[in-house]
Amino acid sequence: MDSLDDYQIPYGLMAEFDTPADVLHAAEKVHAAGYTRWDTHTPFPIHGMDDAMGLKNSQVGWFTFIGGLCGFFGGMLMIWYMNSYDYGLPVGGKPNFSPFSSFPVAYEMTILLGAFGSLGGMLFLNRLPRLHHPLLKNLRFAEATHDKFYVVIEADDPKYEEEETRELLKKTGSRHIELVNE
Amino acid sequence: MADHSAPSSVTIAPPPAELEREPLVANQRSIGWLSDTVANVIEDKTPRWWWIAITISGLTSLWLPLGLIYLISTGVGVWGLNHPVAWGWAIVNFVWWIGIGHAGTLISAILFLLRQKWRTSINRAAEAMTIFAVMCAGIFPGIHVGRVWFDWWLFPIPNAHSIWPQFRSPLLWDVFAVSTYFTVSVLFWYMGLIPDLATMRDRFRKVAGKVAAPAARLRNKVAQIFYGLFSLGWTGSNRHWRNYEKAYLLLAGLSTPLVLSVHSIVSFDFAVSQLPGWHTTIFPPYFVAGAVFSGFAMVMTLMIPLRALYRGMDEIVTTRHLELMCKVTLTTGSIVGYAYGMEFFIAYYSGNPYELYAFKNRAFGDYYWSYWLMVSCNVVSPHLFWFKWCRTTPWFIWIVTIFVNIGMWMERFVIVVTSLHNDYMPGNWGYYSPTWVDVCTYIGTMGFFMTLFLLFCRFLPLIAIAEVKGVTPFADPHHPLGGAKQ
Repeated sequence: MDSLDDYQIPYGLMAEFDTPADVLHAAEKVHAAGYTRWDTHTPFPIHGMDDAMGLKNSQVGWFTFIGGLCGFFGGMLMIWYMNSYDYGLPVGGKPNFSPFSSFPVAYEMTILLGAFGSLGGMLFLNRLPRLHHPLLKNLRFAEATHDKFYVVIEADDPKYEEEETRELLKKTGSRHIELVNE
Repeated sequence: MADHSAPSSVTIAPPPAELEREPLVANQRSIGWLSDTVANVIEDKTPRWWWIAITISGLTSLWLPLGLIYLISTGVGVWGLNHPVAWGWAIVNFVWWIGIGHAGTLISAILFLLRQKWRTSINRAAEAMTIFAVMCAGIFPGIHVGRVWFDWWLFPIPNAHSIWPQFRSPLLWDVFAVSTYFTVSVLFWYMGLIPDLATMRDRFRKVAGKVAAPAARLRNKVAQIFYGLFSLGWTGSNRHWRNYEKAYLLLAGLSTPLVLSVHSIVSFDFAVSQLPGWHTTIFPPYFVAGAVFSGFAMVMTLMIPLRALYRGMDEIVTTRHLELMCKVTLTTGSIVGYAYGMEFFIAYYSGNPYELYAFKNRAFGDYYWSYWLMVSCNVVSPHLFWFKWCRTTPWFIWIVTIFVNIGMWMERFVIVVTSLHNDYMPGNWGYYSPTWVDVCTYIGTMGFFMTLFLLFCRFLPLIAIAEVKGVTPFADPHHPLGGAKQ
């Protein structure tokens, strides 16, 4: 008990792989073993990984949809309020509000708020931005955005037992397994 | 560093000859090579050509504040605008710049929805081009209003008399279209950058301990903070990629109707008026095709020098990519040529003498030179791309793209000026010429655009690293190179 390292809390076990096929098969095995708090980290999205990890369809679409809906009706409402309700502007005998002449602006607003919904929804669902992550302290993990592939099983997974989990990761064919601390 | 060649144990059966395709990344380069090559542009010493280029473009961009300050301090009379030509170079430049932007969105959104994987090599630079072009475009309507201190009347806020903007005007639709276009382009571009900024963050993090010199240490620290903050803590997690890919698809799906609507609405500025030569229903599709045509030309004008100047870049942006872009240019150029012909036919077929006069006047009136310059650049030059040699020789493509850029500028000049200068009453007729202030402002925006683009090349990954990795065979878990069992 003389070094700070003795007080470190483990974050999880990190296993490194060289090819997308290896990490995909490893993910299938980890999923089959019943782990829930784990993830794969790859330089690019791997085709078939969502199925291998047992993940369902992403929910981002709802944010886009609600954003788009707000944009369209918000746009229409804004024009009606400004040109017809608050201060009527009669021009050329045309109605003060018409959905047809308001359409281009409402259409652009649909896209604008839909786009904010997509990006914002993605960040919200991913709990980003975050300024700190235990994995980002690990120097070896820097290859996750370069050309290596990782499976990380978190220590607070209910099935996590350091020896057992390490054994499982070894069986998946990883040549480098490392304990990462918080 | 990773091994850059395919393992010798891997043998790949060649596909049948008729299915043989040139790979998207030449020479079977590995995914590690891709991030090294793209990141080296940022990490290596600044090349001398870059300093020369940014000096020239920086000095040129100073013409912009010169033109603007003189205009604002003196008044719109310093431009060549007068009765009857009240829309001149400012509007021509606005439409030209915004049209150039369209190729970036076409590449990033429409080609993505169409599963054109070759887009990954060029989409980052093309999207950057979009953003910078729209910034240049946005300057012109802002100063064209004359009294720039009333620019805020364009926004949906009440003026001093509590009157709101008039939403039945296409000019106001344009404000919403262009500002939405700019915002969504920035969001899309930034989202694509997140994984690549994380790559840059990790690269600077990896070498941080090995850097000794104080200046280099400071540079490394600044780079880590900059790329680290903007990559938002990205770890390449698959739970994140899942939402990311969905959001990317949705943004592509939103940008597609957006890009088609933006130039349609720009064309409404003309088409909704009553003026012969402007009041035509063909304008929206014709403007969109023209925009993509000029935009692709500009993408190639920028990419051809870059792939020659940066080592390894010609293996990512291959001759096949250039050839495909030439084919898009040929297609959209043909649509534009068809539209020119159809405009004349409809002018004749409508039986409207004013309409017919406007078009005869375009080709044979005072501005005949601009019309025939436009036709030779836009209708003739893209048809060189029917020949394979013309599509695959970079220096030749580059020359053609310059002609297309000039031709599309002339097209907007023809539309704006020739329609206005001779209208219904001969007593109203006039001849418009720009002044030095018009020219100075326009050249200034070119300098501004090039300066931004050069800064982008220097400090941000100019190829979408993660996306290009994803289209190589090394990324396919069912391909032998991706580690699949033979």
